[in-house]
Amino acid sequence: MNTNTKIKGKVYVAGDNIDTDQIIPAEFLSYNPSDADERKFFGRYAMSGVPIAQSGLPQGNVKFTPDDAFASEFAVIVAGANFGCGSSREHAPLAIAEAGCTAIVAESYARIFYRNCINGGYCAPCECEEKIYDKFSTGDEVELDIAAGVLKNITTGAEFQLRSLGDAGKILAAGGVFDYAKETGML
Amino acid sequence: MGMTITEKIMARHAGRSDVTPGENIWCDIDVLMTHDICGPGTIGIFEERFGRDAKVFDPEKIVIVPDHYIFTADPRARRNIGILRDFAKRQGLRFFYDPDFIDIDSDGIPAPYADATTTSYRGVCHSALPQNGHTRPGEILLGTDSHTCTHGAFGELATGIGNTDAGFVMGTGKLWLKVPTTQKFVFNGELPPYLMAKDLILHVIGEIGFDGATYQAMEFTGDAVMSLNMEERCTICNMAIEAGGKSGIIAPDDVTIDYVNDRARENAPEFEIVESDSDAKYEAVCEFDVSKIEPTVAQPHCPDRRVLAREISDVKIDRSYIGSCTGGKTIDMIAAATVLDGQSVKVDTFIVPATTEVDCDLDSCKVNGKTLREIFVAAGCEVGPASCAACLGGPQDTFGRANKPVNVVSTTNRNFPGRMGHKEAGIFLASPLTAAASAITGYITDPREYYAPDKAVGLA
Repeated sequence: MNTNTKIKGKVYVAGDNIDTDQIIPAEFLSYNPSDADERKFFGRYAMSGVPIAQSGLPQGNVKFTPDDAFASEFAVIVAGANFGCGSSREHAPLAIAEAGCTAIVAESYARIFYRNCINGGYCAPCECEEKIYDKFSTGDEVELDIAAGVLKNITTGAEFQLRSLGDAGKILAAGGVFDYAKETGML
Repeated sequence: MGMTITEKIMARHAGRSDVTPGENIWCDIDVLMTHDICGPGTIGIFEERFGRDAKVFDPEKIVIVPDHYIFTADPRARRNIGILRDFAKRQGLRFFYDPDFIDIDSDGIPAPYADATTTSYRGVCHSALPQNGHTRPGEILLGTDSHTCTHGAFGELATGIGNTDAGFVMGTGKLWLKVPTTQKFVFNGELPPYLMAKDLILHVIGEIGFDGATYQAMEFTGDAVMSLNMEERCTICNMAIEAGGKSGIIAPDDVTIDYVNDRARENAPEFEIVESDSDAKYEAVCEFDVSKIEPTVAQPHCPDRRVLAREISDVKIDRSYIGSCTGGKTIDMIAAATVLDGQSVKVDTFIVPATTEVDCDLDSCKVNGKTLREIFVAAGCEVGPASCAACLGGPQDTFGRANKPVNVVSTTNRNFPGRMGHKEAGIFLASPLTAAASAITGYITDPREYYAPDKAVGLA
């Protein structure tokens, strides 16, 4: 993905320990992500396992993707610690990206989810050292500058510094592990 | 400076004499495992990137174990079995454990294997891999499943990866991996009879937290760990991921070597015993006295919400579930049967053998002169066919799935919202002893109320 453009749009807010079962419930894993017609259903069901009261904090009861739609109106997810914990299903970052959301800003990530975001080239797993999900409301307008490492809440005016993606940023910018391996002569 | 077992294995697979935690290195991979959930996507990526006619890096090193959505009417699940079958045939894969009783052109829930001793189907990958000789000390095993960390019990580096990484390995036999730092967990003392490996790992996760080992290798040792049989060691490493760990690992000893040699197939590769140096550097070392640990439960909805079973004896449960790669092995079945012998369950109790081999053991292993199956049936349990079943919820028609907001005591590994089905179902993770004792009373129950043997059930 192009990590040099700014991502502007609405934010979807989630809490701590959002696991992959909440990001894409297991019952939808029989869809084959390699089949274009089936792949779009991951966008429909992205984040559908989050309990209703916690869906789109702080108000809750906000669906990431509306019923019967395939795309989300949210451009960025802001979340707490340990985002993407649990299973190794690559369907999780794929579902978020398939819904049209290409960046997450969380306090921390589980290892396999982070790796899948990068190696599959799905979405940018940005990290902010402080807890920020209580400083955003679902629906706030935000601007994320991945290259500069800044997330702005345009609605409130607050600004947050992000950690550099480091080596992982190079892989993501290349498009994923295959493209990176080609660029570096591994493939 | 010495190296840990994990650092040594990674260095050897990268052709280096040493490595430093934090480095990203390209490693040669010994075994790649995938299953019916992630296999089709992995194959799709492999064929998109390398071509439909491309050959996998080594048809002897890719193991496909369908296990997740086997007994469901979901037509896509059946279709996915067809994709795996076709790929295994085209590629000439030696190790494809085909659920041969599934006709992909039929409808409805497939009738299970008629004979567990003759089907090519095996069941849950993390129990099937060791049983069928795919786990060896010193190797690197990657799988498209987060519980791949189970196989660290054999003294190898084993970790879960996504479809893209698996597609890459399928074509090249290599993958970049970050060298993790290691935390060491030492369990001292003699394991008391009422404890199982499940209690030890739930204790650790409660101690360090749900993300307490993120990006790290978790090395387990100490008298209590080394006294365990391989199935119990697998339970410990299986749940490393529940503390965020990249891997769990236990140094190989005679118990490991005997098991591996016993299960080795013809033409099995030679393996190398690797151990940590005495001056290896650890991020942290945690020591536990097992005589101070009691039967442990993780409350909904997080595996680190640790509590003692006896502290929540007022929590009413609606069902008990004994199964999965964590708690559906033969030793888990023996433990449950020991508690359930001569008793009647008060709540719906589901018994799911992890593999067809465990299913066979239900008829060949005896407790108090009765087979495990006889004990379970007499106690009023429902016994299902081998598979992942309701451990991860799955399709609505999955055996044992929590389709209502019920409380479940379960020998599985995760209790996130919706993990076993309904988002409001409360999953209490526990050992097979505790799950069986709770089935008898209908409340979370300390197994000591029903179980008083001389020694621990899971000793080697």
